[in-house]
Amino acid sequence: MKLRRSRLYVPGNNPKMIPPAGLYGGDVISLDLEDAVHPDFKIDARMLVSEALKVVDFGPTVEVTVRINPINTRWGKWDIKQIVCEKLDGIYIPKVEAPEDVIQVDELVTEMEDKKGLEIGRIKLFATMETAKGILNSKDIAVCSKRLAGITIGGEDLTADLGGVRSSDGLAIHTSRQLIILAARAAGIQAIDTVYSDFSDTEGLKKETEMIKKMGFDGKACIHPSQIEVIHDVFDPSEDEIKYAVRVMKAIEDAKEKGSGVIALGKKMVDRPIVLKAEKILALAEAAELPVPTFDEVE
Amino acid sequence: MVTIDKVEWVENAIGRKIPKEINGEKLYPYRGPFAHKPTKTHKYGPRLGFIADQRSEVLSSISEAIDRVGLKDGWTISFHHHFRNGDHVMNMVLAEIEKKGIMDLTLAPSSTFPCQEEAIIRCIKNGTISKIEGGSARGNFGRLVSTGEYLNGPMKIRSHGGRVRAIESGDIQIDVAFIGAPSADELGNLNGVNGPSACGTINFAYADSIYATNVVAITDNLVPYPNFPMSISQERVDYVVVVDKIGDPEKIASGELRITKSPTRLKIAKDAVRIAELLGYIKDGMNFQAGAGGISLAFTDYLDQKMKEKGVKALWAQGGTTKFLVDMLEEGRVEKLITGQAFDTVAIKSMRDDPIHHVDLPIGAYANIHGKGCTVNKLDIVVLGASEVDLDFNCNTATLSNGLIAEPVGGHSDTAAGSALSIITVPLFRGRYPVIVDKCTTVVTPGDTIDVVVTERGIAINPKRKDLLEILEKIRIPKDLRICTIEELHKMAYDITGTKVEPNFGDKIVALIEYRDGTIIDVVRNVKPRYYEDAVFVDDKQKKDLERREN
Repeated sequence: MKLRRSRLYVPGNNPKMIPPAGLYGGDVISLDLEDAVHPDFKIDARMLVSEALKVVDFGPTVEVTVRINPINTRWGKWDIKQIVCEKLDGIYIPKVEAPEDVIQVDELVTEMEDKKGLEIGRIKLFATMETAKGILNSKDIAVCSKRLAGITIGGEDLTADLGGVRSSDGLAIHTSRQLIILAARAAGIQAIDTVYSDFSDTEGLKKETEMIKKMGFDGKACIHPSQIEVIHDVFDPSEDEIKYAVRVMKAIEDAKEKGSGVIALGKKMVDRPIVLKAEKILALAEAAELPVPTFDEVE
Repeated sequence: MVTIDKVEWVENAIGRKIPKEINGEKLYPYRGPFAHKPTKTHKYGPRLGFIADQRSEVLSSISEAIDRVGLKDGWTISFHHHFRNGDHVMNMVLAEIEKKGIMDLTLAPSSTFPCQEEAIIRCIKNGTISKIEGGSARGNFGRLVSTGEYLNGPMKIRSHGGRVRAIESGDIQIDVAFIGAPSADELGNLNGVNGPSACGTINFAYADSIYATNVVAITDNLVPYPNFPMSISQERVDYVVVVDKIGDPEKIASGELRITKSPTRLKIAKDAVRIAELLGYIKDGMNFQAGAGGISLAFTDYLDQKMKEKGVKALWAQGGTTKFLVDMLEEGRVEKLITGQAFDTVAIKSMRDDPIHHVDLPIGAYANIHGKGCTVNKLDIVVLGASEVDLDFNCNTATLSNGLIAEPVGGHSDTAAGSALSIITVPLFRGRYPVIVDKCTTVVTPGDTIDVVVTERGIAINPKRKDLLEILEKIRIPKDLRICTIEELHKMAYDITGTKVEPNFGDKIVALIEYRDGTIIDVVRNVKPRYYEDAVFVDDKQKKDLERREN
């Protein structure tokens, strides 16, 4: 399982912030050519990001992505042409409203991979829905490209488009979040949540992350390195959860040995959802390199 | 000024060339952190006092005090640096001395701050001061020393403990110690906790008060006899001078020191705590020292969080005391606090209000290697910065990479040698200069006494600490904590900045870096500025020349 608990935005026009971006332990970094960059500096940022992708060592584990400008703007296509390279792992496409917005990117990336002699299909795509139209089309968008590894939601723009008000309970975009999860799960890809804008409010971030984790999201975007640890703490399974999951696995093993069809843990029956949950927890623990006890240790 | 072709050289234990002697004074090359024993058998003895029958020794002006002690050409005068960038004492004293036309003095401050630079530089240029015995020099004063102009001989740069050793052994013989005292009585009982210019402690002046021939206390807060606590006792003080103001309280202590906001520096601080934990140093009964620098403050904060998380308590901590340490004391996570310098108002208030759990300590007791016991040797963890670290783990804290003397060395080499785990926290590079370098421009602290170097891109353990490496081999290291060699860090730094540009040294010896035991660990030469930003302008002509060249 590819972990995408945290995704750090890095302004693409800031030469000081780009080189250390991979150091803060985030699962994904997104060098941003879109909202963080003023229209006057779009081309400078694109040059900086494409050079940085070639020379900066972001570290061995981090997934390096770029958020391009929307494909229908005058920058979108040139962004893709210039940034596709060996070290690029993925592209975030903002303001997606229809499958065509993704398909166009997919085709152009394939063309560039071919031209530059890179492995075809390695670069993943992520579509961000931030309008009512995009959210309602997310079901079709999520299945339109083999490159799509996840879909995300853009909270600020979406709230504005809906005519709602952004609040700590996320009321205005609640249904949209659920639609994104539904679309992602139906397509078998990941669902990643929007940013929490007030980076000095750790408590608020923690609460919101807990909420979106309960909803089913796989991760959350960050605008400041200090948010990464808070998000990971919420997403990482607790010691007790891991222990429980190991005990579930042990119960399955025991039942197999006995040739019993019924799996029991103490006095409780272990059914399929419990097994699935336990498997997910152990996969998360392994991906996050958390210590997993052996069967003997959980006795 | 002595030039390099006029001296005979000998190599010391870290491979640096050291003059055999300078101006007739024999120099001892550095041989190892604990190798050099005292070369004298007895402590230096100051003259006896004579009280006669006068009741009061209070004078009304610094000028009168200078006359009464009979300050003459060529004498050595000393100051402490507890008033930090709010000090008025040194400026007032130097101004009076200038008026009297006394020349060729040796200045022996424990350290200096920017607010004193103008006066010091003026006095150096007009010949009032012709020699410096450190302590440290920083900022423009350090840069002026680096030019090799004006001064008669090289400055000696000493650590906090090294300065006390030098005073106690008579290497520095102070004729007059001018001691700024936030609170004094008529017989000269002094302390730093009370009064409008309270600075917490005046312990940097303890050794000066004991070994100086004449001691002049300068206060703006004369209290009725007896003044408690008697941090410096009446038996040491010749005269008390009352002036309007000895310092600017706003600048003596910061209202509130802020933790760095730089994510990179925060990461370095956090990783330093994590590596200390992995190595088993964060446990009940531990102790530590961390200062008030950007990363150190963040280290203390993270350490506090980690201790809360683990439910462990420290027996004591040593500062550079700030609100962060005081909070830990008040919340019971640190049982006792030892303060070398109080950096903020909270620290000063705590010293005044809780003298049972929060004390100051003479700097000799803190760090003098030739004393009979020093606190640094009891330290578990110390966290330090550096301007450069080299492949042998040697640290530079005195000069910048461009060769200019600009940073105070503080207790760097003292605590590094004494503590069980010395951690250097540095970014891999600063601006266009790599911090992890082949060879330090100047060595202040020998690599033998450095255990761990933490940077934003990786952590290097000194291979001489096999015990630490063994611990790390046995445990699971989180994937985002990258343990590597110093060579790997060095390569990462050079990959980003390119090779280090060597300073453009001239042939004058402008400073000697004295190790804490009195041996010489390195030599600093004058710098001929290559770039405008590196320049110190000795005169307008030089400034114009360089401007012309840059344009």
